Amino acid sequence: MLGDYSLGDLGAIFAMQGFAGLILFSVYLLMALGLAIIFGQMGVINMAHGEFMILGAYVTYLCSTFCQTYLPALFPIYFFIAMGLAFLASGALGMLVEWGLIRFLYKRPLDTLLATWGLSLILQQAYRSIFGAREVGVELPSWLIGSVQVTDTIEIPINGLFVMAVTILITVCVALLIFRSRFGQQVRAVMSNRAMAGAVGIDTEKVDRYTFGLGCGIAGIAGSAFTMIGSTGPTSGQLYIVDTFLIVVFGGAASLLGTIASAFSISQTQSTLEFFLSGSMAKVITLLAVVGILMLRPQGLFTLKVRR
Amino acid sequence: MTNPVQTLTKSVTVNDNPFMKPVEWLSLFLLAGVILVVLPLMLDGFRLNLVGKYLTYAFVALGLVICWGYAGILSLGQGVFFGLGGYGMAMYLKLEASSIENTKIQSTPGIPDFMDWNQITALPWFWQPFKSLPLTIVLAVAVPVLFAMLISFAMFKRRVGGTYFAIITQAIAAILTILIVGQQGYTGGINGITDLRTLHGWDIRTDSAKFILYFVNGGLLIACILAAQYVKKSKLGRILVAMRDKEDRVRFSGYSVAGFKVFAFCFAAGLAAIGGAMFTLQVGFMSPSFVGIVPSIEMVIYAAVGGRLSLFGAVWGTLLVNWAKTSFSESFPDLWLFGLGALFIAVVLAFPNGLAGIWREHIEPRLTRRAKSLQAPEPAIVPPHGAPAE
Repeated sequence: MLGDYSLGDLGAIFAMQGFAGLILFSVYLLMALGLAIIFGQMGVINMAHGEFMILGAYVTYLCSTFCQTYLPALFPIYFFIAMGLAFLASGALGMLVEWGLIRFLYKRPLDTLLATWGLSLILQQAYRSIFGAREVGVELPSWLIGSVQVTDTIEIPINGLFVMAVTILITVCVALLIFRSRFGQQVRAVMSNRAMAGAVGIDTEKVDRYTFGLGCGIAGIAGSAFTMIGSTGPTSGQLYIVDTFLIVVFGGAASLLGTIASAFSISQTQSTLEFFLSGSMAKVITLLAVVGILMLRPQGLFTLKVRR
Repeated sequence: MTNPVQTLTKSVTVNDNPFMKPVEWLSLFLLAGVILVVLPLMLDGFRLNLVGKYLTYAFVALGLVICWGYAGILSLGQGVFFGLGGYGMAMYLKLEASSIENTKIQSTPGIPDFMDWNQITALPWFWQPFKSLPLTIVLAVAVPVLFAMLISFAMFKRRVGGTYFAIITQAIAAILTILIVGQQGYTGGINGITDLRTLHGWDIRTDSAKFILYFVNGGLLIACILAAQYVKKSKLGRILVAMRDKEDRVRFSGYSVAGFKVFAFCFAAGLAAIGGAMFTLQVGFMSPSFVGIVPSIEMVIYAAVGGRLSLFGAVWGTLLVNWAKTSFSESFPDLWLFGLGALFIAVVLAFPNGLAGIWREHIEPRLTRRAKSLQAPEPAIVPPHGAPAE
């Protein structure tokens, strides 16, 4: 299989494939970050996470169309505005959902699975009624189109680089927020011992609500970044949800580093296998490997010692 | 002379734990009457076949009542077992439909048409056993049960449960769907296994065959309800409930928690597989759209709407949700998903015990009060001070 290629070609192929994996890694990581924060803090699995992501994507789409028609001057930088708006829209919806639905179900984590699944169905149908069943794509500003020529055989698309930059930025921001800010301190306190955190005067309900909003907001940004590399339809979110869950569980819930490591290993495995096998078999083998490892090591890659 | 207290407790335990209470026998007869008498008399062939299809989902819902309601294991991958059972039956039917005479235009006669289209020239090894009907019937249930055992044993031994287990089962549903769709040559791909004709020479496409299959299905369902009732009433059923509510306490009492959990999960898988096999027989095809994440989680909602603790509720819930789905999506296809989504949320938030819970909490007490007041106009209640202390 490999005999037909020269060593240089192989290197180039692996580099390109590795880069495709890095783009996949960026999307996975952005989605998984929000989910991991919510799951780690509250033990809630948010099945509608993909739909929050798609909300961000649609916000970006609207923003791009709006800037194109009314504010062409802003068009080159509309993406930054869109990302902010996507964060706000998804975060606000997330807080609303936490207030109206999730907070009644903290004692019944299995039921939140079902309730948020219902929510995802409603959101999907809402997107379909508002935006139509067809997939929509955004116009990229001219500076994001094209690719960087690294060597003769390796070229890297700029929009991919941009998505990666956004991912790194967001991850650093989240890490700073969780590990360096007062809010992050409260989040970590609630995560490790809810009752004790409440006893020392932390408003755990408020922390829950903001954390849920934050997780959903990051999903919105993920959706916004997603529009750079693919088109968006009402059910696009569902395609990624299983992979994202597995990333969070595989990384070890409540561990930021674990989430990054597992997103990286899963996306790289998948994109490398895709070169040798068909796309579907690559996915099957990757997911099977993850499920298999989880059966042997259910606590995931990295674990945080938590008293519950 | 026997100790009066002893005889009292004895009689109490005997009467306290019969196989089914009178009201449960009544619900069984009501359900059996509706399924086996009323619906066949009321509906035309097409609608009856549709009800038969719904009832195959009721097998899954029954399994979920035991596995989720009683044992507390939420599986979001029941479609896997439904699908494996259905595919097992479909493989037998397909092999019978692709006899050498029927497929002589193919480049390799005697293998299913989709294999021929995908340039496969010999029957794969895992299709071989499905040439025989008895082996198919055994395998259609045994394969899903063994698969369930494989998944659950590894997980429950390591005390993985709750949401983790739910996510892993969901991932397995996703994997199996991708695998079936991707391996078109071996599985028929996205279209599934279609164009099924005869079961051991008996044409299953005729109206009379569909009518008979409906009754076979209904009878099997009643049998499965009784089996599930047996599990629920047995000591094992009590351990399942104890495990759901306080797992550590059961473990410390010396029971093997993992073993009981594996049993509950495999039991549910077996029921789902029977449902899947009956589905293929009645509907005449099997496709990956009944295996994946979406159908699996929809099957959970059937059990949730009917009541996760009620076997009869699960069957009624399945019928009701599917009836609503069919009638809504015929007239307002857009509204159906809103309705289904709202149903998920409402059942979880407001009626965690589903229809059966509403019946038990609101209607049954009223009926018993009404019945009592009709029976005894004067207050002739037995004074409670003779009752043994709890």
